[in-house]
Amino acid sequence: MAKIKYATAIRDAMAEEMRRDPRVFVMGEDVERFGGVFGCTLDLPEEFGPDRIRSTPISEAAFVGAGLGMAITGARPIVELQYVDFIMCAMDQLVNQTAKIHYMSNGKMTVPYTLRVQQGCGRGNGAQHAQNFESLFANIPGLKVVCPATPADAKGLLKTAIRDNNPVVFCEHKMLYATRGEVPDDPDFTIPFGKAALLREGKDATIIATAYMVAPALEAADRLAKEGISAEVIDPRTIVPLDEDALVRSVEKTGRAVIVHETNEFCGFGAELAFRIQGRAFKYLDAPVERVTTAQIPMPYARNLEKANVPDAARIVRAVMKTLYRDKEGS
Amino acid sequence: MTHQELLEIYERMVLSRRFEEKAEELYAQGRVTGSLHPYIGQEAVACAALLRRKPGDLFTSTHRGLGHCIAGGMDVRGMMAELFGKATGISGGKGGSMHLFDPQNGNLGTNGIVAGGTSIACGAAITLKLIDRTDNVVFTFFGEGASNEGVTHESMNLASVWKLPVIFVCENNQYQVFTSAMESCSVQDISQRASAYSMPGETVDGNDVLALDAAFRKAVGRARQGEGPSLIEAKTYRWLGHWPGDVFAYGGYRSTEEVERWKKACPIVRLSRHLLEAGTMTREMMDSIHARVDAQVEEAVRFAEDSPEPDVGVLMQHVFSEVQNG
Repeated sequence: MAKIKYATAIRDAMAEEMRRDPRVFVMGEDVERFGGVFGCTLDLPEEFGPDRIRSTPISEAAFVGAGLGMAITGARPIVELQYVDFIMCAMDQLVNQTAKIHYMSNGKMTVPYTLRVQQGCGRGNGAQHAQNFESLFANIPGLKVVCPATPADAKGLLKTAIRDNNPVVFCEHKMLYATRGEVPDDPDFTIPFGKAALLREGKDATIIATAYMVAPALEAADRLAKEGISAEVIDPRTIVPLDEDALVRSVEKTGRAVIVHETNEFCGFGAELAFRIQGRAFKYLDAPVERVTTAQIPMPYARNLEKANVPDAARIVRAVMKTLYRDKEGS
Repeated sequence: MTHQELLEIYERMVLSRRFEEKAEELYAQGRVTGSLHPYIGQEAVACAALLRRKPGDLFTSTHRGLGHCIAGGMDVRGMMAELFGKATGISGGKGGSMHLFDPQNGNLGTNGIVAGGTSIACGAAITLKLIDRTDNVVFTFFGEGASNEGVTHESMNLASVWKLPVIFVCENNQYQVFTSAMESCSVQDISQRASAYSMPGETVDGNDVLALDAAFRKAVGRARQGEGPSLIEAKTYRWLGHWPGDVFAYGGYRSTEEVERWKKACPIVRLSRHLLEAGTMTREMMDSIHARVDAQVEEAVRFAEDSPEPDVGVLMQHVFSEVQNG
C-alpha cells in the first residue's frame, strides 16, 4: 500500500491497463506533454509511445467521436477531456452516438469506451471551466457515470471503467488531483460499479456525498459529533449504476437524509436520490430529505462568490440540523 | 474494372434502386413509417466505392443510407424487416432506416445525424492503423450539407494530421433538404475544401461508375500506403424529396426541368448502356439481373410481412452490454 496522489492513481490505473491489454489507447488534448494539464498521463508517452497515447487537436467533436469509432472496432479507448465544459462541443458524439449505438443496433455494436473528464469548482475558473455535469450525464440512457472521491477509488474505479464494455463517463475533480491517500499496489485491484462506500457510521442522520463533497460531508459529521449528533456518511461513488440499496438501508437506520452535490440544484441527481429514498423508505423518514447543492446559477468567478455557492461543512451541518428540527438553535 | 466487377456493380445498383422504389411505395401505403431518406439517383457512388473494398475495410453511412447498406452487402430481407419494425430486422426493430448496422460487412452504421459518421470513421481508422496495424481503409459518406458541419472539418483535420486511412466521400446531391448547395456552401466544388487540410481533393461525375472507380482507386491506394486521407466529391442528384413528405422537390425548390435533366443522366441507365455497347452484358443477361433483383425485393417484403413484431419484453434490453470483458 502506497500513499499517492489522486492524479497518480489515475495515471497508474491507465498504465496498468495499457500493460494488461494492448488494445487500450489514450488520447486527448496535450496528453503527450508533461502529463497533460493535470498531470494524469505523466510518463505514459515514454513507456507506450505514440501508437498508444496521442495528443489530439482541439477538436472535441472529432476525438470524442473517434473514441466511439475505436471502441466499435475492437479497441478500448480512454479519451481525456481537459475540462468537462468542453463536452458541449461533442454532445452529438456522446449523446446521440456513443450512448445509444448499443441499443440502436440491438446489441450488435459494443462500446468499451472510457471518457475521462475533469470538472468542479475551487480554483476560480468561472462559469465555463468549473461545471459539474454528472447529473446531466446520468440522465442519458446508455452512459455509466463515476465520481471518485479518493485516490484508491479513482484507481479501482478507473480500472473497472477501462475493463467495462460500455461507455463510462469518469468524472474527476480538479481539486482532488493533488490529494493523497493509500492505494493498493495490486494490479488486479478494482472496485465494482454500483457499490457505495460507507465512510462513517452513524445513527441520527445519513449524509450522502460524492467526489469533492465527501470531505466537507466528513467534516460536518465531525462537527455534529461534537454536538452529540451521530451522522452516517455514504459515498455512492457511481451515479449510474446507483447503489440504491445502500442508501435506503442507511436511511432506514437513521430516519434522515441529507444529499450533498456540487452539480446545480434543479434536476440535480440529488432530486432523483431523494425520490428513490422516499419511495422505498417513506415510513422510516422522520423529516423531509434535504439537499445541499450549488444554486441554479452559473458559477461566478470572484473567490468569495464561488465559495458562497459551493456546499461546505457549515451548510451541511445546518441541513442535518434541519432534519433534526434543530436548525433554529443558536441562531 | 473486370467484366465481373462491372456486372456486380450493375446488379447492386439495380437492387438498390428497386429496394428503395418498393420502400417508397410501402411508405405511401403506411406500412413503413418514420424517416425514410431515398438514395435513388445516387447509386453509382456507393456501389463504385464499396465494391472496391477488401476484407477488413470499413465504412460509415448517413441518414440517406439504404443505398450504402445494399452496396455494402447488407441482407435486404433484414433491411426490409427493419423498415417494417419487425423482430427480424437488422436492428431487431429498435433502429429504423437511420440506424442499420452490419459490422460483419464493414458497415459501422447509418446515422440520423448529419455528419455523424465522419468522426466515427476517424476512430475506426485509428484502430486499423495503430492498433491492428493493417492496410485497411475506412470510407465515410456524407453530403454537401454535412460538409458545412464543424465535425466534418475537425475530422478532416485530424485525419490529415494523423495520416489516417480515411476516404471522405462527399455526395453532393445539390440540396440540403430545401436549400441548394449554391446557397449554403462557400465553394463551387466541395473538393476545394481538401486543400485546407492538405489532402488531395477531386470532383468527379457521381453518376459515372468508371470515373468514380478511377478516383476511388487513387484514394484507396494512397490510404493503404499510409499516405493519409483524400476527399472525393461525387456530384450527383437526389431524384426524390428529402423524405416522402417533401412535396416541394418537384417544381418547388427545384424546377421540374432540372429534375428531369438529372433523371436523364440516370447512373443505372448509363452503366447499362456502356455494358451493352461494350458487349459485357447482353439483353438476356440484363433481363435476368432485373428478374433476380425483383424476386429478391419481393422475397424481402414477404419476409418482413411474415415476421413478428418485437416482443415488448425487449424494450429494456441492450441499454448496456452485460458481456464481461475478460
